[in-house]
Amino acid sequence: MDRVRAALERWAGHAFLWPVVLVVLFLSIFPLLLSLYLSLARLQFVPGGFQLTFIGLNNYRKLFLGSEQVHFLGLAGQPSLIGWAIFGLGVALLAWTLVSYARGQRATVGGVVGRGLAAVIGSLILLMLVRTLAPGGRPGTITVTLIYVFVDLTIQYLLGLGLALLCTQRLPGRRFFRVVFLLPMMITPVGVAYMFRMLADTTKGPFKPIWGALGLYNVSWVNDPWGARAAVMIGDIWQWTPFMFIVLLAALEGQSVEQVEAATVDGANSWQIFRHITLPEILPVSTTLILIRMIEAFKIVDLPNVLTNGGPGTATESLTLQAYINWRTLDLGGASAVAYVLLFLVTFLAMTYVNVIRRRLVET
Amino acid sequence: METFLKLFRRRSLLQPSVAQMVVSYFLLIGWAFVVLFPLYWLVITSLKLPIHVNDGPVYLPFVDFEPSLHAWKYILIGDLKNDTIRPYVNTLIVGLASALLALTLGTMAAYGLIRFRYRPRLGAIGAFLGCLGLAVIAVVLGVPWTIAAVAALALFILILQTVGRRFQKSLGNSDIAFWLISQRILPPVAVVIPIYVLYQQFRLLDTHVGLIIAYVGANLPIVVWLMRDYFQTIPVELEECAAIDGASRYRIFVSIVLPLAVPGLIATFLFVLVFAWNEYLLALFLSSARAQTMPLTVAAQNATRGPQWWYMSVLIIIMILPVIIMAIVLERYIARGLLVGAIKG
Repeated sequence: MDRVRAALERWAGHAFLWPVVLVVLFLSIFPLLLSLYLSLARLQFVPGGFQLTFIGLNNYRKLFLGSEQVHFLGLAGQPSLIGWAIFGLGVALLAWTLVSYARGQRATVGGVVGRGLAAVIGSLILLMLVRTLAPGGRPGTITVTLIYVFVDLTIQYLLGLGLALLCTQRLPGRRFFRVVFLLPMMITPVGVAYMFRMLADTTKGPFKPIWGALGLYNVSWVNDPWGARAAVMIGDIWQWTPFMFIVLLAALEGQSVEQVEAATVDGANSWQIFRHITLPEILPVSTTLILIRMIEAFKIVDLPNVLTNGGPGTATESLTLQAYINWRTLDLGGASAVAYVLLFLVTFLAMTYVNVIRRRLVET
Repeated sequence: METFLKLFRRRSLLQPSVAQMVVSYFLLIGWAFVVLFPLYWLVITSLKLPIHVNDGPVYLPFVDFEPSLHAWKYILIGDLKNDTIRPYVNTLIVGLASALLALTLGTMAAYGLIRFRYRPRLGAIGAFLGCLGLAVIAVVLGVPWTIAAVAALALFILILQTVGRRFQKSLGNSDIAFWLISQRILPPVAVVIPIYVLYQQFRLLDTHVGLIIAYVGANLPIVVWLMRDYFQTIPVELEECAAIDGASRYRIFVSIVLPLAVPGLIATFLFVLVFAWNEYLLALFLSSARAQTMPLTVAAQNATRGPQWWYMSVLIIIMILPVIIMAIVLERYIARGLLVGAIKG
């Protein structure tokens, strides 16, 4: 009996971790391989079924250089002086981080090469952003997705944190607000998308009088590219702020009261308490939250699909929606290629985020 | 002057001053309005006749228009009755089962990643990938996949036991965690067809078990990441005390760590429940008649005649009711002070 117990104890580490690794492996290996193969192939219908032909990197070439280039990467405009200045500043910043790392004590060859690669990719992304957002340019699906992710994450985090802080106060009725603030997250994303389509309608929606007063009576505001993008982002912010809210609320409620008490006795004001006690405690959870939401936000599809159908033109189309549209037209190879580009882009951003920002904030 | 200043004074440590309370309520009510107005619109739309929707907005039932229960009747007792109740039960089963399972497994792994040191050796990972590659080549060349899988597994174990021991370079816990979260990156569009093929082989299509496995797999990385951070805030001293008293690792986990992580557990549970409850694309492919879930029924109301707003509203409302009840019940456990008593006592 004792030997059994000792064995169980010795294997505890494995018993805790392995079930998860096995389940995730079972569900991830095969899709990863098959969709990689699909991205290198073309699906054709032949009598009696379908046939996959291996076509190498053609699907990718089409996205980056061929007929889909404008749709995917966007149309380059002529950036103003300010645009170039932003680009120069960004590149200078990346170069400076790289150099200061290389001259530091803990630099390794692998680290320098990895960071150098990251800096090059970062500059290329920045160049694409600056050129497609310039006058005369048109942002492609990559740029649009990056804008969605950046704007949504920033606003959601700040709103979620603010609301969580408000809800930790001892206010009568706060439990009502806590439940109400969770509601948007509980609606199925397809449902949220249809709901916002209803609300955004300028002739049937509840804001019709406002549109009328603004003289936009019969102009559907989703006909303007930036208006349409704003509509998609408002929907996303509405739906996902609760996720930030509930996780931050749990983190805030989990912190110990003693430190706050001691600081108050010592005469610290609320800002100082927040800055020096609360913020360090919620930083680990915050960085995790931002990572998870970033990964999820890159996959935004229901809102642009239902609300604007990707339009006007392709102005609101996200990467996942582009893959989805390809897939609906049975271009499985094209869909998988877009998905794989997304996989590389997000993996790159997530690795940079984890290695540079998260380690620095959490592990020091 | 004295009374005026009093408005800005904190009444106690956790009790804000009157001025603070006024501002807080103002902000809270403001955001509550932003959240509730779309939901209000949903509720009144469910009570409208098509003509009330199509002729432009009307706002107040009984004042602006005569509410009608036609949509509720149609969905709950009329034509769509059977097409509502079965998906509803399915959603309940799949949502609850997958959320509980993901929470159990994921919490264990998160605890493991915090309190144990894992050293997955690069040699082992390389051997695994090599064997996987061989198996893929074998399948492409026409070997049945079962034989290829068994052979590759045997080869992998053989290599691990012999050559694999020489390569000692290894990865750490944070690499495992990153690998887990990276499994969420590929969009569902790219994953559904492979999963469909996989499920066909294992006869899991259109079953509850199939959907539950898919959702558990999709949710595990999120559970692991969130719970890892909550566990990190639990002082290790408590566990050391218990270990000295002779409690086993499992015992410590169940009776000390889990009770202390209740706020995090509840928040995470609600999130993964909501995810499985609302998932659309995987459900669209992996289920048809028997295991169909509610999001499909909602999307199906976008008929050829255009979206049937009134039916859709009813469905969305009955879909969120159980989750709201659960949130009301569970919200009280996300509360301060659980940890404080434990350390003092």
